[in-house]
Amino acid sequence: MAVLDIRDLSVSYATPRGPLKALRNASMTISEKKITGIVGESGCGKSTLISSIIRLMAPNAKVGSGEVRFKGENLLARSENEMRALRGTEISMVFQDPMQTHNPVLTVGRQMIDIQYRDKLSKAEKRKRAAEMLALVGIPDPEARLNQYPFEFSGGMRQRIAIAMALMAKPSLLIADEPTTALDATLEVQIIKRLRELQDEIGCSILFISHHLGVIAELCDEVVVMYAGEVVESGTVRDVFHNPAHPYTRALLECDPGHIKVRTRNLPTIPGNIPDLVSLPSGCIFAERCDKRHEACEKRPAMGTAGPGHHAACHLIAERETA
Amino acid sequence: MSALLEIRDVFVRFKLRGGVFSSAGTIDAVSGVSLDIEEGKTYGIVGESGSGKTTLARAVAGLHHASEGSILYRGQELVDLPEAEFRKLRREIVMMFQDPIGSLSPRLTIKSLITEPFRIQGMSDRDLEAEAKRLLTMVGLPPEFAARYPYQISGGQARRVGVARALALDPKLLIADEPTAGLDVSIQGEMLNLLARLQDELGLAIMIITHNLNVVRHITDKVGIMYLGKLVEEGPTEEVFARPQHPYTLALLAANPEPDPDAQLMRVELQGEPPSILRRPTGCEFHTRCPFVQLRCSTEVPAWTVVHEGAHRCHFPEIWIKEEALTS
Ligand SMILES: Nc1ncnc2c1ncn2[C@@H]1O[C@H](COP(=O)(O)OP(=O)(O)OP(=O)(O)O)[C@@H](O)[C@H]1O
Ligand SMILES: Nc1ncnc2c1ncn2[C@@H]1O[C@H](COP(=O)(O)OP(=O)(O)OP(=O)(O)O)[C@@H](O)[C@H]1O
Ligand code: SF4
Ligand code: SF4
Ligand SMILES: [Mg+2]
Ligand SMILES: [Mg+2]
Repeated sequence: MAVLDIRDLSVSYATPRGPLKALRNASMTISEKKITGIVGESGCGKSTLISSIIRLMAPNAKVGSGEVRFKGENLLARSENEMRALRGTEISMVFQDPMQTHNPVLTVGRQMIDIQYRDKLSKAEKRKRAAEMLALVGIPDPEARLNQYPFEFSGGMRQRIAIAMALMAKPSLLIADEPTTALDATLEVQIIKRLRELQDEIGCSILFISHHLGVIAELCDEVVVMYAGEVVESGTVRDVFHNPAHPYTRALLECDPGHIKVRTRNLPTIPGNIPDLVSLPSGCIFAERCDKRHEACEKRPAMGTAGPGHHAACHLIAERETA
Repeated sequence: MSALLEIRDVFVRFKLRGGVFSSAGTIDAVSGVSLDIEEGKTYGIVGESGSGKTTLARAVAGLHHASEGSILYRGQELVDLPEAEFRKLRREIVMMFQDPIGSLSPRLTIKSLITEPFRIQGMSDRDLEAEAKRLLTMVGLPPEFAARYPYQISGGQARRVGVARALALDPKLLIADEPTAGLDVSIQGEMLNLLARLQDELGLAIMIITHNLNVVRHITDKVGIMYLGKLVEEGPTEEVFARPQHPYTLALLAANPEPDPDAQLMRVELQGEPPSILRRPTGCEFHTRCPFVQLRCSTEVPAWTVVHEGAHRCHFPEIWIKEEALTS
């Protein structure tokens, strides 16, 4: 069963040059009790995707088409009030910039107590729970720390507090946008373990965005690869990382310095730039940078099946079958 | 020859507001750090979240006051340097901040943001239009980004704007706090190659703070590992990766996630909880979590011990090698 089923979602931003098509016909399924990772080039539309799921979008954003089905119901048809009730209960969110979560003028304790406003606990009990959550994400002296303001914490601590706050609601879907970039490797592994335990314990699904392919490999069951506003590949982490079907995915994996064990001063990159999202090319979105480009690529490829549960949008897949 | 930057026994102390902690009134977020950064070299600082890396960086950039110790830049003392004097140095010493979007003023366009250093330094006579274009191109962003506001760009794009702004004035010392967090591996590679090129061309010295060990391995010459406000190990990067001396370094390196779901990981489990900076552990400050802790570790403070080109703070360096030999 899918907790979240995104169908054909298109989102654009109004700009002086015309609409910037940040997301085009994106489809993906987040299965129940699974951890799904999203990877992709910086600016490929990951944050746009999740802001449209929870409907906290920029004022100049517009949903062009599509559905966001959460437990079978289309969230795009819900009212603003219904969405507000859903956020922080059924769906929790860890933002890319932890400062987006924290109110700079309130103590962390106050904020952690406030988000429990739905629970019928005494203030002391809520405070105790807040301290327990801080301890769970490895913040020392949690009791005392509750009296401090966000700026008095380190970058990684703020990130962990954001994770702790998102978990307090015991959501059925947790969306985390690069939540571990400011954590050292030992803590990162510890947080990954906690997320896995939690996922087991409360049976939630997690949508996890990260540029760290190692973290995706370690935490996620499934992975979705995005490029310039489109989903180009999806499948189990094992299939996608071991047998990438889309040339972009392959190029991305090859660029990971985690694979390169000999010290180098010149790291591999994918030559070229992402296309202008205001005036898009007509054919395959990756064609300009693809080393496998051929005649067929002047047409936009449809999503093809590379294996069971493994899909990619590249002409090579269909051609391989007919060859 | 003396180093470009010499940090000696630096402490950065924060006052705790009344009522926050019942005990002592201050914490030492940086607690006696010494290190040298050579011209044209890259020094990596890694370590536990909350160990004082950003605080140390901000002290070098003149944004926090060092309560004790000395920070010499080309022989000039930076500690207690009046702000008016420090401003002159801001052409040469620049800092890139850890929070990408949060550190960009939301009311300024990208063009104003990346050309702000010219205005601050009284260089407004430059063709700011052309400079903005040059800087955006340098970090791989299209010139049309000049007209956007920070909230209209993605997290990784904001990070690149931060790089452009930091490099606007051709600095001599770049202090970069997590410069590649939020970048995909291809753009991360571009960014690091760019820094390496500038280093070769301009002799730029870089102090880089990062949790990404893959980045550290490839671009730093020397690496320092911090724990609870102190360096616990330092050495040439290749040596530290090949032969970590301190158990915390070993645990950190072993934790680096591999980009392969079937990777066989040899993790070193740390015990217990991260220690309190208010009640620092006695003896070796890592002893509450060290998997190799011995009797004397909880009472005797290990000295900073220099070995070859590196140094560490442990009574039993490379202890795991000996333990392995015993068990096999
Ligand atoms: N409010 C906005 N107005 C105009 N363009 C926008 C706006 N917000 C985002 N964009 C553009 O839309 C594209 C997608 O942005 P998004 O933030 O979704 O990327 P992302 O995949 O999250 O990237 P990153 O990994 O760098 O965070 C980018 O090209 C970005 O510049
Ligand atoms: N302005 C401040 N006031 C009080 N305490 C502070 C302040 N800034 C930092 N601290 C504390 O100092 C310690 C070190 O913080 P710092 O930000 O330097 O850590 P860090 O090593 O950069 O961590 P991270 O990797 O998580 O960014 C932390 O315990 C933090 O809570
Ligand atoms: S469709 Fe063509 S251009 Fe696009 S990724 Fe496949 S081979 Fe490359
Ligand atoms: S001195 Fe002892 S406790 Fe400290 S790191 Fe070394 S072995 Fe571990
Ligand atoms: Mg983003
Ligand atoms: Mg920091």
